[in-house]
Amino acid sequence: MDSGSLDSVFSALADPTRRAILARLAKSEATVMELSEPFDMSQPAISQHLKVLEDAGLVVRRVDGARRPRRLSHDGIDAMDEWLAMLRKALETNYERLDDVLATVNRRAPKKGSQR
Amino acid sequence: MSQMTLKTEGDTHVVVTRRFAAPPAAVYRAHTDPELIQKWMLGPEGWTMPVCINEARPGGNIRYEWTDGKGRGFYLTGQFLELRPYSRIVHVERMHLPDPTPDNHVETTFEPDGQGTLMIMRMTLPDAKTRAAMLATGMETGMEASYVRLEGMLKSAQDAGAHV
Repeated sequence: MDSGSLDSVFSALADPTRRAILARLAKSEATVMELSEPFDMSQPAISQHLKVLEDAGLVVRRVDGARRPRRLSHDGIDAMDEWLAMLRKALETNYERLDDVLATVNRRAPKKGSQR
Repeated sequence: MSQMTLKTEGDTHVVVTRRFAAPPAAVYRAHTDPELIQKWMLGPEGWTMPVCINEARPGGNIRYEWTDGKGRGFYLTGQFLELRPYSRIVHVERMHLPDPTPDNHVETTFEPDGQGTLMIMRMTLPDAKTRAAMLATGMETGMEASYVRLEGMLKSAQDAGAHV
């Protein structure tokens, strides 16, 4: 992936609505109409977000008669995995800090005079 | 070091597990003592929690405020429902971004595990869509860190003449 398309992936992911749309599409494919209802947005607004996601290569459309259901592309699936990895990372960073806090508390235990 | 696990369960749950090398009482205290919470519940590097209210009793309030020190920040409010020292905490929480997110119902248990503790945090969201949005939003702060890294990556690609 060159840095230009990487850039468009990150700007596509910068919007919380677009991330929520990706999360929804991770479950199953959906049409603009099916997406507009749960997100409580107009169909043009959803289409606009989908265009950004499609241009970034995260979402692809399929032709099914009159329907144009969207689904995650392989890059979209990778991006979802990356999000989860980042959430894990943020939590794991917290718990590594907690490990240090616990080690300090253990060394000092039992606490003297500072109990409230 | 013990691996953390994070997985979705059914349509509305997220379950996080983690082992700690300290007894349940110590891990429980680290979740209910504001002074300790401010030392670890911080997210990405550089963020701090200047406000930490944690009234660890049924009905007691929770309020955590985070800042990156550069004018960006968000906060979380919640209430304790049940506390059983030193084994179980049940509370509800919501993020304010600044609009409040739907309530996340969280049960955290601390079980003895050898010399240490197995913590299991089970979150319950109102519906599948809310859970998807939470997983997406929860990554926002992590995303910030990755944007900084991305900027660095793009810059070195440019410096190397790889960018057209």
